[in-house]
Amino acid sequence: MSLTILNAVIAVVAAIAFAAINAAYLVWAERRGAGRIQRRPGPNVNGPFGLLQPPCDGIKLMAKQLMIPGGADKALFMVAPVLAMAPAIMSFVTIPFSDTIVAHSMNIGVLMIFAFASMGAMAILLAGWGSRSKYAVMASVRAVSQNISYEIPMLITVITIVMMTGTMNLAEMVASQTGGIWHWNIVPSLSSPLMPVSFLLFFICALAETNRAPFDLGEAESELVAGFHTEYGSMGFGLFFMGEYANIVIGASLITILFLGGWGCPLGLYPGVWWFLLKIYLLIFSFIWIRWTFPRTTIYGLLNLSWKILIPISLFNLLLTAGLLKVF
Amino acid sequence: MGAYFSEIFYGLKSLAIGLGVTFKEFFKPVVTVPYPYKTIKMTERYRGHIELIENEEGEPKCVSCGMCQRACPSGCISLASKSVEYEVEVKGEMKTKKKKVLTKYDLNFTTCSLCGQCVESCNFGAVTFSKDYNLASSRKEDFHFDLLKRLKERNS
Repeated sequence: MSLTILNAVIAVVAAIAFAAINAAYLVWAERRGAGRIQRRPGPNVNGPFGLLQPPCDGIKLMAKQLMIPGGADKALFMVAPVLAMAPAIMSFVTIPFSDTIVAHSMNIGVLMIFAFASMGAMAILLAGWGSRSKYAVMASVRAVSQNISYEIPMLITVITIVMMTGTMNLAEMVASQTGGIWHWNIVPSLSSPLMPVSFLLFFICALAETNRAPFDLGEAESELVAGFHTEYGSMGFGLFFMGEYANIVIGASLITILFLGGWGCPLGLYPGVWWFLLKIYLLIFSFIWIRWTFPRTTIYGLLNLSWKILIPISLFNLLLTAGLLKVF
Repeated sequence: MGAYFSEIFYGLKSLAIGLGVTFKEFFKPVVTVPYPYKTIKMTERYRGHIELIENEEGEPKCVSCGMCQRACPSGCISLASKSVEYEVEVKGEMKTKKKKVLTKYDLNFTTCSLCGQCVESCNFGAVTFSKDYNLASSRKEDFHFDLLKRLKERNS
């Protein structure tokens, strides 16, 4: 009994540490990457290659006073940042980094991750509502409408994968893709010829779910000051920031598990956690790369993309896969 | 229906082209200068604050005529000179002559509007624009330039 509790504590601490370190150093990677793409060095003053920038930023954020604007709903205002960070960390519990490194392997792992991911929208809504600022409210309404419309094609794509693999356990999903790149879900097979399209679709949705550019309407700086976290300073803002980056890691992990064979090697050699990390960091690099390439979409363009293109295609793919699974 | 798919196709294609552009830029060298640590050389025609020009002996070319002082609309130049006697050989006999030597040439840069009238008015080509642009200070005394001292520092 005590061993299970110890295990749980270790898992939680490891998940928080992984999420926090990733959040801190993805900010650094983002800024360095943005710099490279814009032909400038990025943060390079603190430490070699600016590697001490994240701890400096963290100390600065923690040293600041947490201001609560007058007229704000105090309880909601304080709860929202925690609600943004906690589900992100919770989702790490069921993500299998390799066949042995997983905090808790669940039969409904996919469902759990999506349940917690939709709480992120709640956090944004509460932040906007609680801070009693017109910019924050507008941003949170935008972000929520975006999250809702992108969750639908994402979930339909996941249902397609669940039908193919016949399980909702993430580790079993990866296990069904072992043995080289031709077993991965991204490769079209007889029963699911549209898998590359699904991958692209899921990728776009994951990008939109994390509220990142070019879908960062929730924090469109040019129109809404800083979006839903306009009124937040100090670690309140820090938690939103960390939650966003933790969500990026989770999105990349999900894409890796669902489409790219998890911890498996493309050639079937030496499967392990290193392949998983390599894949998620390549995906995160592409997220950063996309963010610094494309300008922000309009809200109409964003919703049109989801309702007119992504949802019909994902539904078509679902029906096609369902039919072909019956045939083959 | 055809337009729907071609729009998706061309949209994706243009996005891929955009990604290609930034990917190529990613590996190119940086073009910025980390300013406080490194500075770039100013261009030839940059007009900074004024500076004295030296002659072959390293002394200022200035003959203390005061034209620049008179030309300055902001009155930010103040100079002083003293008379010095010197001997020169004219047609085989030594003669004593007098000339003015510059003893002080101060520029009050706080009121200077960088119009360049002083450089225009100088008949002896003794004043020019400097290329100095790293001028920032919280004390106004730092902008009272002793141009004679600057000239000596440049020569040493």
